[in-house]
Amino acid sequence: MVNDPAAISPSVRPIDEAPRASVDRSLVALGGAAACIVGLVLLALAVSVLGMALPSIRELGFGFVVGRHWDPAHGDLGALPFLYGTIVTSVVALLVAVPVALGVAIFLTDLGPPPLRRPVAALVELLAAVPGVVYGLWAAIVLAPLLRTTLEPALEAHLGFLPMFRGPKVGVGLLCASLVLAVMILPTVASMSREVLRAVPTELREGGLALGATRWDVVRRIVLPHAKSGIFGAVLLGFGRAVGETMAVAMVVGSRPEITGSLLSPGYTMTSVIANEFAEATSVLHVAALAEIGVLLFVLTFAFNVAARILVAKVRGSESATARDVPAREDHEAA
Amino acid sequence: MTARESSPEKMRAEGLSAWFGGKRALKDITLPLVERKVTAVIGPSGCGKSTFIRCLNRMHEVVPGARTGGKVLLDGRSIYTRDVDPVRVRRRVGMVFQKPNPFPAMSVRDNVLAGLRLSGIVPPDPNRLAEDALRQAALWDDVKDALDRPGGALSGGQQQRLCIARCLALEPEVVLMDEPCSSLDPAATAKIEELIHELRERYTIVIVTHSMQQAARVSDFTAFFNVGELVEYDLADVIFTKPSDPRTEDYITGRFG
Amino acid sequence: MTTELDVAYPARKLAARLATAACCAAVAIALVPLLAVLFYVAKRGLGALSVSFFTELPRPVGERGGGMANAIGGTIELVLLASAMGIPIGIAAGLFLAEYRTTRLARVVRFSADVLAGVPSIIVGVVVYATVVVRMQHFSTLAGAGALAILMLPLVARTTDELARTVPDSLREAALALGASRWRIAIHVVLRTAAPGIRAGCMLAVARVCGETAPLLFTAFNNRFWNESFADPTSSLQVQIFTYAMSPYDDWHAQAWAAALVLVAMVVVLNLAARRVLRGPKPA
Ligand SMILES: Nc1ncnc2c1ncn2[C@@H]1O[C@H](COP(=O)(O)OP(=O)(O)OP(=O)(O)O)[C@@H](O)[C@H]1O
Ligand SMILES: [Mg+2]
Repeated sequence: MVNDPAAISPSVRPIDEAPRASVDRSLVALGGAAACIVGLVLLALAVSVLGMALPSIRELGFGFVVGRHWDPAHGDLGALPFLYGTIVTSVVALLVAVPVALGVAIFLTDLGPPPLRRPVAALVELLAAVPGVVYGLWAAIVLAPLLRTTLEPALEAHLGFLPMFRGPKVGVGLLCASLVLAVMILPTVASMSREVLRAVPTELREGGLALGATRWDVVRRIVLPHAKSGIFGAVLLGFGRAVGETMAVAMVVGSRPEITGSLLSPGYTMTSVIANEFAEATSVLHVAALAEIGVLLFVLTFAFNVAARILVAKVRGSESATARDVPAREDHEAA
Repeated sequence: MTARESSPEKMRAEGLSAWFGGKRALKDITLPLVERKVTAVIGPSGCGKSTFIRCLNRMHEVVPGARTGGKVLLDGRSIYTRDVDPVRVRRRVGMVFQKPNPFPAMSVRDNVLAGLRLSGIVPPDPNRLAEDALRQAALWDDVKDALDRPGGALSGGQQQRLCIARCLALEPEVVLMDEPCSSLDPAATAKIEELIHELRERYTIVIVTHSMQQAARVSDFTAFFNVGELVEYDLADVIFTKPSDPRTEDYITGRFG
Repeated sequence: MTTELDVAYPARKLAARLATAACCAAVAIALVPLLAVLFYVAKRGLGALSVSFFTELPRPVGERGGGMANAIGGTIELVLLASAMGIPIGIAAGLFLAEYRTTRLARVVRFSADVLAGVPSIIVGVVVYATVVVRMQHFSTLAGAGALAILMLPLVARTTDELARTVPDSLREAALALGASRWRIAIHVVLRTAAPGIRAGCMLAVARVCGETAPLLFTAFNNRFWNESFADPTSSLQVQIFTYAMSPYDDWHAQAWAAALVLVAMVVVLNLAARRVLRGPKPA
C-alpha cells in the first residue's frame, strides 16, 4: 500500500504545505469529534434515563426496589418482581448454557477432531446471528407448547418435590424465558471462552503432552486453571447479555409481575416490562418508574460488562477485550 | 562402521516421512539411535530437525493437519501401529523443548512432579522423587530453598534444567532435546552439556543443536539433515573430521548456503 | 520405572474418552436449537411466503392475505439510514482511537465504546423516545434509525480500532518517512490496509441491527401503510414479527414466520458475505 503513489505523493510536494497542514488539522479534529460523539452518546444515555427516572426516585425512594406490587393504575409501583424475574431467568440460563458453552469451547480448542473445529465454530457464530425476535417467535409458537405438553409435566413428576418445579403448566413463564436466553447467550459464552482458552500458550499444552498426559489431563490441569479468570469473565459477559435481552424474553415470559418461587409460573423481567408498558404509560410516575428500571438495568449490565472485560483482558494479556467478535481473529487460527 | 553394528539400537527410524498438511518436511529418514549414547542432529534451519525428533515420541501429530509415514521402532516395536497409545510412548520417550516451558502456575516442586500430577498419580514419596530428579538435573542446589516458588520465577537456564528434571522424574528411557541451550548463556550451556555427559550413563539421548562445537563435544553419533533428508550419519568423530558427503563438509566448515 | 506407578492409566484413558464424548455432546446440544429454529423458520416461512408477501400491504384483522412490502422496505430504509449515520462516525472514531491510542481521550472513548456495546438496546429506545419522539411529537423513521445508529457506533468503532492497530507500524513509518502527515497516513495507508476487515466488521454490524427490535418499539413504531417521509413512523420486519407473533390469529402467525424467514435470510446473507470479504485476497 505504501508503494501506491496516489497515497502519498500529494504531501511530498512541499509547495502547498501550509493549506494542507490546516486540512490535516481539521481532519484530526473530525476524527477526535467522532470519537467524542461515542463518549457523549454514552453519557447522554446515562444522564437521560437518570433524568427520566428522577420523579420516581424522589417519590418512591428505596421502597421502589423492594416493593413487591406493581399496579400502575393505582400508583402502586414496586420493582422487585422484575428484578426477581431478570435474575432468575438469567441465572437459570447461565446454569443451562455455561456447561454446554464450555464443552463447545474445549471442543473447538483442544478435544474436537481438528477438521470439525472450523465448521462448528461457524455454526456457533450463526447461532449468535439469528435475531432475538426470531428466537422469541420460535419459543412462543414451538417451544412453549412443547413445554406445556411434555417437559413441564415431566419436571413436576420427577422433581416436583422442589417448589420451583411445581406450578401451572402453561408453557410460557420463567422456565421458557430462561431456556431461550440460554440458547441466546450460549454463543457469547462459547466464543469468549474459546478466545480465552486459545490464549493459553501452545508450549504449555505440548509440555504437558510430552510428559505423557492425555489431552484431557492437559485441559483439566493446565489449560483450565490457566484460563480460569477469563472463563469467569466470559460467564459474566453472558450474564450481562441475558440481563439485557428484551424481545425473546418479552414474548415468552408470561408478563405477570409476581414472585411465586416456581420456575413454571409466568413472571416478568426488567427489559420486558419496559418493552410492554413504556409506550402506553401515561402517568408521569409510571413513566419514571419504568425509566428507573432502565437505570437499574444500566447499572447491572455496566457492572457485569466491566468486570467481565477486566477478567478476560487479564488472561488474554492484551490491553483490551471486545465483547464482539473482531473479524480479523479468524485468520490467526492456523497455529 | 563396526561401532554402529555392535551397539544395540534403542530406537530406529525407518523410511520415516512427515507432512504438515500438504507440505513434506521429512523424506524417508532411516536412522538408528544407539542405546545409552548421545546422538546429535544437526543441519540448517528449517531442515526438519525438530520435526524429526517430534516424530520419535509422537508429538508431531499434535500439530493440526500433521501426519507421518514410515516406521519408528522403540526396542524393536513400531510406535505407530494402531494398538500403540501415544500417551504411553511419551512416557518412555521424554522431551525437552527449545524454549523452556515450565508451567507458570505450578511451584518448582509441582513442576518436577508435573508428569505425575497431570495424570492424577500420587507418588509414594514425592519429595524424594523431586529431589532425585532435581539432583540429576543439577538444579537441586539452586532451588532447594525455593521449592514452593512458582516455576516461572527461575532464570532461563534454571527453567530449562527444571524442564529436564521434569522429564527425568518420569524415568524415561529416551530423552529428546530440541536445542536445549539456544536460549541460555555460555555458563548455563556448559552446565547442561555436563549434565548430558552424566545422563548418558542411564539414558539414550537425542539432541538437536545449531552449534557444531556442542555436537562435537557432547555426541557419540551425529546425523546431518538437509531439506528434510538425512545426508550423512556416522560417529561424531568421523562426521567432524572426515565427512564423506561434500554437503556435510560445507555445512560444518561454515561454507553452507 | 514410573510407568509402573501409572496403574490408573486405563481409568485416565477412560476419563479422556468421556471428556471428549462430553464435549461432542455439548456441541450437539448447542446445535439442536439452532437447527430447530432454522428448520421451523424455513418450513413455516416457506409455507407462508408468496409473491403478495413482497408486494402488498398488511390487511386488517379478519381479511386473509396481504403482505409486508412496507415492513421489508421499512427495515431496509431503517438500516440504510442508520448505516449512513453510524458507519462514517464509527470508522472515523475507530481510526482516531487507533492512531492516537495512547491519548487519554482515546482511552476514555474506547472504554465508553465497550460499555455502550453492552447497554441493553431497549434503553437506547427509551432515551431516543424521550429526546426525539417526544420533541417531534410523533414516532418517526428517523428516530428509529437514530436508535439503530447508536447501536452500530461502538461495534464499528471498536472493529476499526482493533483492525487499524494490527497494521504494522513499519508501514506507518515508511509513509512518514516519505513526508506524509499522520492523518493522511491513517486514511490512505492504515484504512486501506485494514479495509477488508473493516468492511466485514461493518457488514456484521449491519447484520446485527437488522434484527434489533426493542429500540424500534417506541421510535420507529409501526405503520400499516408506507411511510411517506422520514418523519413518519414506519413498519419493519422485526416489529411485525413481534406484533404478529403475539396476536391470537393463525394467519398472522404464518405471516410472522414468513417475515422471520426473510429477516433471517438477510442476516445470514450479510454474515456469509462478511466471511467472504475476510477470506478474500489480502493486501500484501
Ligand atoms: N506447524 C507447521 N506448519 C507448517 N509447516 C511447518 C510447521 N512447523 C514446521 N514446518 C515446516 O517444516 C519444515 C521443518 O521444520 P522444523 O521445525 O523441523 O525445522 P528445524 O530443522 O527444527 O529448524 P530450526 O533449526 O529453525 O529449528 C520447515 O520447512 C518448516 O517450514
Ligand atoms: Mg527446530
